[in-house]
Amino acid sequence: MRIFLPMDSAAKSLGAEEVAAALRAAAPEAEIVRTGTRGMIWLEPLVEIEMDGVRHGFGPATPDDVAAILDGTSTKALGPVEDLDWMRRQSRLTFARVGVIDPLSLTDYQAHGGLAGLRRALGMSGQAIVDEVKTSGLRGRGGAGFPTGIKWQTVHDADAPRKYIVCNADEGDSGTFADRMLMEGDPFTLIEGMAIAGIGVGATQGYVYLRSEYPDAIAVMTRAVEIARAAGLLGADVLGSGKAFDMEIRKGAGAYVCGEETSLLNSLEGKRGVVRAKPPLPALEGFLGRPTVVNNVISLATVPVIFEKGAQHYAEFGLGRSRGTVTLQIAGNVARGGMFETAFGITLGEVVNDLGGGTRSGRPVKAVQVGGPLGAYMPVTKFDTPLGYEEFDAAGGLIGHAGLTVFDDTTDMLGMARFAMEFCAVESCGKCTPCRIGAVRGVETIDRIAEGDPAALPLLADLCETMQDGSLCALGGFTPFPVMSAVTQFPDDFARQKEAAE
Amino acid sequence: MQPAASTFSDDDLHALVNAHARREGPLLPMLHDIQDRFGHIPETAHEPICNALNISRAELHGVISFYHDFRKAPAGRHVLKVCRAESCQSVGANAVADAVLARLGLEWHGTTANGAVTIEPVYCLGLCACAPAAMMDDRVIGRVDAAKLDRILAEAGA
Repeated sequence: MRIFLPMDSAAKSLGAEEVAAALRAAAPEAEIVRTGTRGMIWLEPLVEIEMDGVRHGFGPATPDDVAAILDGTSTKALGPVEDLDWMRRQSRLTFARVGVIDPLSLTDYQAHGGLAGLRRALGMSGQAIVDEVKTSGLRGRGGAGFPTGIKWQTVHDADAPRKYIVCNADEGDSGTFADRMLMEGDPFTLIEGMAIAGIGVGATQGYVYLRSEYPDAIAVMTRAVEIARAAGLLGADVLGSGKAFDMEIRKGAGAYVCGEETSLLNSLEGKRGVVRAKPPLPALEGFLGRPTVVNNVISLATVPVIFEKGAQHYAEFGLGRSRGTVTLQIAGNVARGGMFETAFGITLGEVVNDLGGGTRSGRPVKAVQVGGPLGAYMPVTKFDTPLGYEEFDAAGGLIGHAGLTVFDDTTDMLGMARFAMEFCAVESCGKCTPCRIGAVRGVETIDRIAEGDPAALPLLADLCETMQDGSLCALGGFTPFPVMSAVTQFPDDFARQKEAAE
Repeated sequence: MQPAASTFSDDDLHALVNAHARREGPLLPMLHDIQDRFGHIPETAHEPICNALNISRAELHGVISFYHDFRKAPAGRHVLKVCRAESCQSVGANAVADAVLARLGLEWHGTTANGAVTIEPVYCLGLCACAPAAMMDDRVIGRVDAAKLDRILAEAGA
């Protein structure tokens, strides 16, 4: 008997290890394969048992459920996992293998299409590789949405003795966990994507800058790089091609701002993680002053499937200038939270109400923060906005890394606006004044609003404008998004305070 | 689990520094290794690091003090991190954090009198679909409530 059980940290945090121990004790003869998570976090720990080649799910499982799961009488039986509505409705390209394979089995990886993309890329010229990425329409999945192929072209065209591929795995935004899920569930995809990038632009060394808050992801990625190197997938002669590419996992040190690409590069160099002014672009003067591709985990992990299935296949998914799939992370106060990969174009309301099933508390939804701590709070009246970079921009928001945090009607939006400023003050790198001073003044000004000072509200709007226009990076520049969206969309939460004071 | 901070030799320290000195961007891996070994970045480590990397003490201090992870003094035997970020707040993280701090009688970054547990805020553990989240040393905990944390703190001797 083959049993599958995630070792993803979300599953672990909900008791997967205890379930694993109970399974081993009750069925010592069974083969237990540890996988990533399918992304249905509300069903974790999700036990899957292979019956006639089909994997049947049972969840959320506890150690007490194990006996019934094994003898076929469990009330937590879900049927074939692939047939579940949540799975059938997805277009899983980047996450095709996550939750399916043993993350650290290169054999499993190749049996599910792994390395086909790299093998194809090894037969192409650097320019042809860059062109393929351009044709796919892939845009940076870290938040900014910059066309990946254009970035690669700049690095490809730069003349330098050494170039780098740096993967930004400093996924610090609340409401986002797709990078973690991918790295814990299918690390070889990221390695393969980075190798293709390196061979495409002529870079021989890669670094994954991975946040220290993800100890499980660090362990899986570190082991995967060792396995890949031993198998000849990394090193001086990638898969016998004569081309060199190697990589290393580097651990962050708890600074949120290091998710910004220039402070990440400073941190990687061993400096304070302060932001650098642009230009020069990292593509020309990046890590150690050399041309560097800095891409997010999901961007790089999507590269293998683009090369495996062809750029055109990937570009056929999507909406307008947002091509391919978006990896939605549905989080916060939501009944069914998890990761859902789908073509761009699905509406916000469909995601929250239909997929997410509304709030976990059962109360009405008040707001959804899209795109992490620097994203706008979207009210229910904007639920018809389709998920697309331009579409969200037009609605006064941003997709960012596509994390959605749901809040119910008990939420105090003034409190959330204050938290955004407080967070910015704690995490500001201190380089530019609007962010360093502005965030502190922002907290004070919101406190004045709470005390009923009528002069404070216009001051806050003015401060936000200064931060937005004058900050060097997105931390100071985008903190006004959650703050001002809370003010404009939920004026009652700011006015009520005034009345109370009066 | 935080290692004992008391016993280390100069040889251990120099070996750790030298192990990384030739890497590209050696300082963060070096500091992480030193902290893993000694529980903090001891003052005595500053000079060997500065000499190996040809940086000033001011530069090194700047780096150590910039990052939340690096400690000037050892933490408790266990470190409990409680997430304060938005997704966790949406399902009551603030109340959970308040209850735990009150139970321990500590402020953030405080350590229990018996040295068992240090409590710290963290901004996102990537467990946003099973929030509120916390982490005891490297062990992740989802959907925490005060009772669950009480149990975990008791196990840790707090």
